Amino acid sequence: MTEQAAAPERELTALEQRFPGVVTLDERKGYEGHIVQADKLIEFATALRDEMGYDYLSSITAVDYLTDDEEAESFFELVYHMYKSTGGAALVFKIQIPRDNPVVDSLVELYPGADFQEREAWDLMGIKFEGHPDLRRILMWDGFEGFPLRKDWKEPYYEEDAKPFGNRWPGGQVYRIEDKNPYGKNNQYPDGFDPSTWKESEDPKLYEVLEKAAMEYSEDIDTEQVVVNLGPQHPSTHGVFRMAVRLDGETIVALKPVMGYLHRNHEQIGERNTFIMNMPFTDRLDYLSSMSNNFGYALAVEKLMGDKATPPERAEYLRVIMAELTRISNHLWAIGFLLNDLGAFFTPALYAIEERELILDIFEAVTGSRMMCNYFRFGGVARDLPEGTEQKIKDLVLERLPRKIDELDLYLTENELIRSRCEGVGVITPEDAIAYSAAGPVLRASGVPYDIRKADPYSIYDEFKFDVAARYHGDVYDRYLIRVDEMRQSLRILQQALKKLPKGEILNGKNPYQVRVPAGEAYGRVEGPKGELGFYVVSNGKPNPWRYHVRAPSFINLTILEKMCVGQKVADVVVNLGSIDIVLGEVDR
Amino acid sequence: MFGLGILKGMWVTLTHFVGSFVDDIRWLGRRYYTPEGIAHRTSKDARGVFTVQYPEESLPIPEEFRFIPFLIYDVEEDGSHQDRCTSCGICAKVCPPQCIWIVRTDDPETGRPVPEPAEFFIDIDICMNCGYCAEYCPFDAIKMDHDFELSSFDRHAEHIYNKDKLSKPASYYAGIRPTNYAREEAIKAEKEAKKANR
Repeated sequence: MTEQAAAPERELTALEQRFPGVVTLDERKGYEGHIVQADKLIEFATALRDEMGYDYLSSITAVDYLTDDEEAESFFELVYHMYKSTGGAALVFKIQIPRDNPVVDSLVELYPGADFQEREAWDLMGIKFEGHPDLRRILMWDGFEGFPLRKDWKEPYYEEDAKPFGNRWPGGQVYRIEDKNPYGKNNQYPDGFDPSTWKESEDPKLYEVLEKAAMEYSEDIDTEQVVVNLGPQHPSTHGVFRMAVRLDGETIVALKPVMGYLHRNHEQIGERNTFIMNMPFTDRLDYLSSMSNNFGYALAVEKLMGDKATPPERAEYLRVIMAELTRISNHLWAIGFLLNDLGAFFTPALYAIEERELILDIFEAVTGSRMMCNYFRFGGVARDLPEGTEQKIKDLVLERLPRKIDELDLYLTENELIRSRCEGVGVITPEDAIAYSAAGPVLRASGVPYDIRKADPYSIYDEFKFDVAARYHGDVYDRYLIRVDEMRQSLRILQQALKKLPKGEILNGKNPYQVRVPAGEAYGRVEGPKGELGFYVVSNGKPNPWRYHVRAPSFINLTILEKMCVGQKVADVVVNLGSIDIVLGEVDR
Repeated sequence: MFGLGILKGMWVTLTHFVGSFVDDIRWLGRRYYTPEGIAHRTSKDARGVFTVQYPEESLPIPEEFRFIPFLIYDVEEDGSHQDRCTSCGICAKVCPPQCIWIVRTDDPETGRPVPEPAEFFIDIDICMNCGYCAEYCPFDAIKMDHDFELSSFDRHAEHIYNKDKLSKPASYYAGIRPTNYAREEAIKAEKEAKKANR
């Protein structure tokens, strides 16, 4: 697996000195971080958290290093990205485990935020986490055969390993792949699974977990507990999302989110695609803030490509302008629909969407599409602002939006009904928020002023003056307020950016249709409107990424949903969910 | 005072309510179904009803708007059509959902490829409107369209477009994207001038 014989002349890193024989530096070209021995993971992670202050587990993912080479060994590699909640660069470490027996210790005890991410790695890559309390499939259903992110797995509409497909040109005879491979004849079930008797509403594994959680709950009077399924079709779940809730009267005893209804195996598609093809696919993750998604992916690949992909100054400014406009439009949407969930039927939502509409008009004029922007390229942006658009943005940012955000503030913030409905509901302590890897507004509303734009600045955010918004009660009301605060800070950034917007090139070099990306790995993360959005990309020098992983903030923020809801009334579930602000395109990927 | 917050909120809705009438009266008869009315409703000064009454009226389409690609042909002086496409295949190679199929023409005598496509298919059900084909085409032969009203009764039969259905004259392109067209023509003229000087 790893070459244990470290080069003797190299000086040992601090981590290697602290854990002799357990930790070795990852010396593969283009890679960073350390490799930790699999059986010492818990010990190592405990020390990281308690001695070194790496309390925030940002991302866990797995890579399948399958090789045909007889001499090299195939193995799975788990990649962990840790941060300090006080800011700073990442600590990356990896675990290598054999492919025929992929078992590793679970970190859920130490970092509860690992829960969903480990389940995802089990679901898609088939890695067993020893000691995980609830290791069920999370995005796939039980009738799904195999682990789709393994390199030897093939999808039902499989054509070829990598795009571009050979039959498109020059001999392209058109056909519909559904005709060749019709629905119903392309599925395969695990042994002993009968789809005709399987009923989703009676999923035994899910109900078992709910039961287990309910055992810990005790009341003096014996009452019968019931399970209520909220969703997947429910107007307040913001999409096809389901929550299985176990109730004692009106009180929530246990809650398990059920997701994956919109799953399309984004990461597998991404590994079939060439690097540049992934850009429009990232738009479809969090479809309300496609510019931020573009940003994160562009950062990751640019890191791999090095200097030749450094964006020129004007492009950096355009990127920041677009990303901040996205943040405002996303928060307007989030606030509007939080109020909808509270029962203020559509008036606040429509007031908010009016402003979003004007922002989308700008996106349409600049990028050609209102939501699926596909605006970023490696080393810059796709096109410059058309004539008159800069003035339009200025009008909006300097005149209209400040006025309208103040109006929204006047309209909602002090409203007694909203306050009594939101204050003290769904409280998350700062310790919990960090432990559960909550990100973005959810984390900051709990009093942890962690914003990647300040904590680990990317692009040109260090050139702007702005404050990290933070609120300290950690309830739904604060998660509403923080979004208003953040919109104001975004306006501050926008005002500075528009003032300083330089003239010049928008792209570094040419815009080739196939980029050359050197072998290596990179993790690009941005502060998206919903939290830390990270892209982990592994390249092996070929036109397609070897591994492409999305650290989706909506998905990981849901880890804390149960904690938020247990002990409260069932009516608060919808509000709590609304205050996290999820988009199912990103949750299910 | 308890209830003050609610009253403030009600005041906001009231101003919105009154504001919509103010705008209607100020723009009497011009606010709806006229281009300047629509422009006003999407400007920074807009208030009141935002709704654009599609399909009776519709928002102006910005030049960069992109929807399903089309192929451009030049009309020669004798009236014949000359495809700009040389079937180089870059659009098919860069297309993220792989919805483009191209059949290259081979010269029947020499067997060498001819720079003209024999057939060109786009499955518009698969197309994700990303605009890469137009962006990377070295001959300005494929561009994104503005026509988004494409509903049909049978998607199986009608949603794979062939070359006939995709081809549109260069004048159409000049009409929907004047700025881009002018820029590309200028570059082309410059190149030709350079060639002539040599």
